[in-house]
Amino acid sequence: MPRRLLRDGQIVVDDWSYLAEAQGNAAAPLILTLAEWQKERDTWIARGGRLGVVLAPAHSVAVLVPDLEHFALIGAEFSGPSEGRGYSQARQLREHWKFPGELRATGFVRRDQVFFMARSGFNSFELPDTEIEAAAAALSTFSAAYQPSNDAGLPFKLRRRSLGTPASA
Amino acid sequence: MLSGNWRPGGQRTYLGGMYRYDAVDKTLVTERVAQFRDQTRRFLAGELSEDEFRHLRLRNGLYIQRHAPMLRVAVPYGLLSSTQLRALGGIARRYDRGYGHFTTRQNIQFNWPKLESVPDILAELAEVEMHAIQTSGNCIRNTTSDHLAGVTPDELEDPRPWCELIRQWSTFHPEFTYLPRKFKIAVTGAAQDRAASLVHDVGVHIVRGPDGNLGFEILAGGGLGRTPIIGQVVREFLPREHLLSYLEAILRVYNLEGRRDNIHKARIKILVRSLGIEEFRRRVEAEWENTRTAGPRVTAEEIERLRAFFDPPAYRALPDTDPAAGKSTAFRAWYRYNTTAHKVPGYRAVFVSLKKPDVAPGDITDTQMELVADLADRYSFGEVRVTHTQNLLLADVEQEKAYELWRALDEAGLATPNIGTLTDMICCPGLDFCSLANAGSIDVAKLINERFDDYDYVYDLGELELKMSGCMNACGHHHVGHIGILGVDKGGQEWYQITIGGAAGADASLGHVIGPSVAKNEVAETLARLLDVYIENRQAEERFLDTVRRLGVKPFKDRVYATSAAA
Repeated sequence: MPRRLLRDGQIVVDDWSYLAEAQGNAAAPLILTLAEWQKERDTWIARGGRLGVVLAPAHSVAVLVPDLEHFALIGAEFSGPSEGRGYSQARQLREHWKFPGELRATGFVRRDQVFFMARSGFNSFELPDTEIEAAAAALSTFSAAYQPSNDAGLPFKLRRRSLGTPASA
Repeated sequence: MLSGNWRPGGQRTYLGGMYRYDAVDKTLVTERVAQFRDQTRRFLAGELSEDEFRHLRLRNGLYIQRHAPMLRVAVPYGLLSSTQLRALGGIARRYDRGYGHFTTRQNIQFNWPKLESVPDILAELAEVEMHAIQTSGNCIRNTTSDHLAGVTPDELEDPRPWCELIRQWSTFHPEFTYLPRKFKIAVTGAAQDRAASLVHDVGVHIVRGPDGNLGFEILAGGGLGRTPIIGQVVREFLPREHLLSYLEAILRVYNLEGRRDNIHKARIKILVRSLGIEEFRRRVEAEWENTRTAGPRVTAEEIERLRAFFDPPAYRALPDTDPAAGKSTAFRAWYRYNTTAHKVPGYRAVFVSLKKPDVAPGDITDTQMELVADLADRYSFGEVRVTHTQNLLLADVEQEKAYELWRALDEAGLATPNIGTLTDMICCPGLDFCSLANAGSIDVAKLINERFDDYDYVYDLGELELKMSGCMNACGHHHVGHIGILGVDKGGQEWYQITIGGAAGADASLGHVIGPSVAKNEVAETLARLLDVYIENRQAEERFLDTVRRLGVKPFKDRVYATSAAA
């Protein structure tokens, strides 16, 4: 069954596969765990095709920094309703390391979190299929914000207070 | 030129020296009410599990307590307009049992609302520019400050514009809404620390830098709870435009590296302690290299815009007087204890004591709230402040009007002349309301008040901070009380552990446990023995705290446990 997800404000069918799902399809865009990537890094690079990697909450984004150019997608996993490290991972990747690719929230992702995730730099969200429509609507929970941020995943501009201007807007 | 707190159109009507919502603030609060209404609906319809809803409602100040839900409403850095206080009174009457409880974080709690009414309460709060956003949950909580901000003579700069800046920045901060644990920031700008900033996750002190400009000293890692720790300096001087980016660096290091596996080790103080301040500072400064360029830089225009809201009211040119001269003993006592110095001649800051002996500390009825709102309009430019010691303050009262004001307060039971004394105790709601508590605190407060009902004795004891918590979470700040009382559970019985020598100000220290805990009916006698040792040994103007610091715990301990305190 194809997986639906929310990307750039649209509900789309996922064109990426996790390693376990991709058996036999050598050309499919492939998402690896960090361990899978690290174990056979050179093989994956030699394979060609688009690559993605998923960070667990405890992983530091620093481990990916030397290899960022190889990834068209980076995922951050949320382990449960109180997990919050992914928000910082996303901002570091977007703002400091200027990661331009797809930044995907995986794991425990619900409509109540996607607005904050989008403001932190995520532009795609893997949610339970029954939650996707509500999550798409929840991207417009708020129409304003105080902080400067990326808002990468929001399909519209927020009305914003100029608490300060990010030097690298 | 008209500034933020004057009505436009040339009418010089003062609106209370406080921040007023604009379209952005209004939009956010209104949209939050809609979001929470939907979350509550989903929970009541069974679409959200108990656990999922818990994470959501907690971010909106809603606890499920012993008897009923408890709703905590934010009072940003303790400032209320008379309109807001009146609205709180109305909410207490219509949705609660006719009272509210002011907390040590300058907020107000309602103990009896119905879950399904909460969205309506929030909608009413939004009408008066109030909300319950981030008053609980693992996020950045209400920023607290000096209740004498802007009026105290010992101030370097009014901290309130910075508090408001932090309030806005921290509200729905996308990155820091799911922290390992709660996060509390206190800001002060005066020599005396009246905001307990050294026991906050982050303390922000306005200081003058080496170049003569004002900026901030930043502390981190303070906190109470199970593991009380005094905050340490992370950065001695931070130029003001970097305040938010530096806070983002601290928060990011904490968000990524704070412990999430053990709720009791999840506060930033544990991270700072385990890394050591040097290494913590190194990580923060390294992260700041990122946030300083990518994060917010505070513009001079923005802070000026905020500052205008806190312009001083239109004080009259008045001489300093002594309104107590020739008046009754009762008024003189009240004036001495319940009012304090104001930087403008002819004015005085007046405490509204919420420490009447037979009332739970911090509790106030609906009609009292409405009365204080009226008195604020009449005597203090329509503004009321909440102190972290659970009293209210009318900050700008003409000395000549103090007597009139006292009569009105006294009639309403709001003039107990005990501010800064033994019976001005800080106290959490305890076992009576809180589902976390091990022991009652309100009834102990009552026993203490019964025992120490002689004002001459209480006044003779001088400045004394008694702080009581019903459990280890330390909402009553017992660790930093000159005398601290902690409720503990011993085989189903309520017992009380006593500490002495704590302090919350600029010379903050943690109290020492004097020995084994005592039974409820022994608490007052134990205090009496501690105070006897003080009275017998004090030198000159020494406070209880100073005597404890000079003599150590031993003489106090010896006296308390010499024979059974319950004799």
